[in-house]
Amino acid sequence: MANESNIENRVDQPTGTEFVGHEWDGIEELDTPLPRWWLWTFYATIVWAIGYVVAYPAWPMIDRATEGVIGWTSRGQLAEEISVANKAREGLLEQIAATDTALLTDDPQLMQQAVAGGAAAFKVNCVQCHGAGAAGSPGYPNLNDDEWLWGGDLESIELTLQHGVRWDGSDQTRFSLMPGFGDIFTTEEINALAGHVLSFTGRSESSATGVQLYADNCLSCHGQSGEGSRDQGAPALNDAIWLYGSSETAIRGQIRAPSHGVMPGWKDRLDPATIKMLAAYVHSLGGGETLAQQSDEPAEAADEQP
Amino acid sequence: MNNPEEPDPKTEERDRWAEAITPVQPKPARKPATLGADVPIGDLYEKHKVVHNQRIDGPFRRFKWTVMVLTLAIYYVTPWLRWDRGPYAPDQAVLVDLTNRRFYMFGIEIWPHEFYFVAGMLIMAGIGLFLVTSAVGRAWCGYACPQTVWTDLFQHVDRLFDGDRNARVKLDKAPWGPAKLARRASKWTVYLLIAFVTGGAWILYFADAPTLLRDFFTGEAAPIAYATVAVLTATTFALGGFLREQVCIYMCPWPRIQTAMLDEKSLIVTYKDWRGEKRGSLKKALKQPDEYGDCIDCQQCVAVCPTGIDIREGPQIGCITCALCIDACDRVMADIGRPRGLIDYATLEDCKHEATGGKPQSPWKTLRRPRTLVYGAIWLSIGAALLFALGVRTHTEITVSPDRNPPFMLMRDGSVRNAYTLKLRNMESRPRTMQVEISGLAGATMWTDSITRENAATSQQVEVPADATRTVRAYVLAPANSSEQSFTFTLTSLDEQRESDTAQTLFTTPGGNP
Repeated sequence: MANESNIENRVDQPTGTEFVGHEWDGIEELDTPLPRWWLWTFYATIVWAIGYVVAYPAWPMIDRATEGVIGWTSRGQLAEEISVANKAREGLLEQIAATDTALLTDDPQLMQQAVAGGAAAFKVNCVQCHGAGAAGSPGYPNLNDDEWLWGGDLESIELTLQHGVRWDGSDQTRFSLMPGFGDIFTTEEINALAGHVLSFTGRSESSATGVQLYADNCLSCHGQSGEGSRDQGAPALNDAIWLYGSSETAIRGQIRAPSHGVMPGWKDRLDPATIKMLAAYVHSLGGGETLAQQSDEPAEAADEQP
Repeated sequence: MNNPEEPDPKTEERDRWAEAITPVQPKPARKPATLGADVPIGDLYEKHKVVHNQRIDGPFRRFKWTVMVLTLAIYYVTPWLRWDRGPYAPDQAVLVDLTNRRFYMFGIEIWPHEFYFVAGMLIMAGIGLFLVTSAVGRAWCGYACPQTVWTDLFQHVDRLFDGDRNARVKLDKAPWGPAKLARRASKWTVYLLIAFVTGGAWILYFADAPTLLRDFFTGEAAPIAYATVAVLTATTFALGGFLREQVCIYMCPWPRIQTAMLDEKSLIVTYKDWRGEKRGSLKKALKQPDEYGDCIDCQQCVAVCPTGIDIREGPQIGCITCALCIDACDRVMADIGRPRGLIDYATLEDCKHEATGGKPQSPWKTLRRPRTLVYGAIWLSIGAALLFALGVRTHTEITVSPDRNPPFMLMRDGSVRNAYTLKLRNMESRPRTMQVEISGLAGATMWTDSITRENAATSQQVEVPADATRTVRAYVLAPANSSEQSFTFTLTSLDEQRESDTAQTLFTTPGGNP
């Protein structure tokens, strides 16, 4: 350290500036004056800070902060941004609402927008049962595959969305009810029936009892070879997809006392454009089917687009 | 505590340096400023002394003019240069298109994922500064720095309105009256005009210049354009019009870094004190030629200095090495019949060499010293690497990300479907038809969100718009009981270029990998 007693009068010769008295490894600090404009800049920042504190929320109080005279809040800003975003989407939503569901696929750009909008709505309303990837879980159908209980074209999906499945709120709801056979059949009979059902996919041998029981009790809805019926909402039994489990135990259980899932209709809760967008999204997941009437004259339909 | 009898080696080292850089005449001590209650606080702060530099002509001044005209021309003209890129891309030669996230520079187009080119250029700019410092000292500060160029421009405006140094000093001291007010107002208007043009030109680099210029004056440009121009106008007005050398001395980090980068072999503007001292008026020097050196203390070097320093005090942070004092001094030396170069570009090492009777050496030898050569080599190799990377990059790319939820999908017939999000990148500025093909997955077929399952095949054709990335959902279907395995997507452009790119990914199955 420099000699303390000398600090006051020691002056750096080249610059004529006093030393402060701090020294590190031979490097000493000079008492160079700050430029005066720096001082004014400093005062200006203080004035700015006072203005800022008055204008914006600043002082923390017991349960809230001071509000600021211009009334800015981060929530308010968010609401404003959302309303701007909503306003920007308005035209698109109107266009989707005005487009016939069946013709949505003819306008790839509009379809793309609808799928994106549907994906957002799906995350809010549907993932609770169908899962984030729409893969479902036992009892909740997978929406990615090519198996549809009630039809997989855009219009069928839209109808299911509007009115739900076995839903009290609409007369047009999708409705099917398989009776339980637990009280009617013996365990052996149920086993034989399950064996016959499994024989459709080659997983078991069918028996004469099974064939007979199936023909008497199941065929009218599920079909001769277990192909199912969409009109009646009867699932196909001859494929790899099982809503309530594919094991023999699960199938026996379903014969004994069938589960019946319920899906609410959304016509009263979501606007038609959102339902249409949801249909587009579900349709886009990979299992969407082509509408029967659409495939007849696709070229003409495309020409009618505005 | 140092013992005054035995000098500390550190202090010795410092003194050795001080010897090389300290002027012979020490400055008078500044009035001491303490925090004592009786001392007014004003003593702690220094009033800004406005620099009124005198007009000078000479080789360095003319070089400064050239650099100024060149840099200003580059700045103002570049946005107006056109470059034809066809109908799908802008025709502005240099354009930072933030909205569409593209950076155009003549024949080069850079996408955001290629930002390493920009990073590389920034590294080159950084090392370029080291290189320049090593080779020619603070040449950036003296000639090319925007702060220097604009300060110079504003100082010429001062000269135009208020006359040369003496007139300006007089006007500064004159009391405020209508005449001074009118003069100041008109000068500041010109300041503001220059500042506005400076800020205005900046935004032209970020949008189509002619369109933006029209929109700007019809009030249709984006608010950010007006905000940018306002901020840059204000900063140019303040920094160029008023703060000037204060920016170099107090705000800019570069001079501080320079003090660490300069060494005894760096080229700086130096006053050759062994030749100049003892300084005295020409009259005295003529009377007693043996007593006095070449410096006649005419203060011309101080008068012309744009940062208001006295170079005779030695190297200092305020010296931007613009060499105007060399022009001034050479002129005086010629007038009094002395050799030029009392103030000159030289290294401290050469100064010592000369002071002890050695021959003056060419200042250009700094170009050949190892430090300069190493910086140059690094700079060139980064440049070469960037050029190489630019040359070999393809304009066709595919990236694949498999769906994770659900990872696979069982179909009715027991076959397994995986879904992938493909990003097909077409970096050519024309639409291209591309072929996506899968290989390495036995029996698998593929369709997309725009090609139905009925048309599933191992390869599909996709239109990718000009200069864009198209996102495609691809569904790959493998027969039942396929095992989990890697396979490959290949993207090929179906034009004469036949560029292709591949991406490997995983096909997931319920059974996993047996």
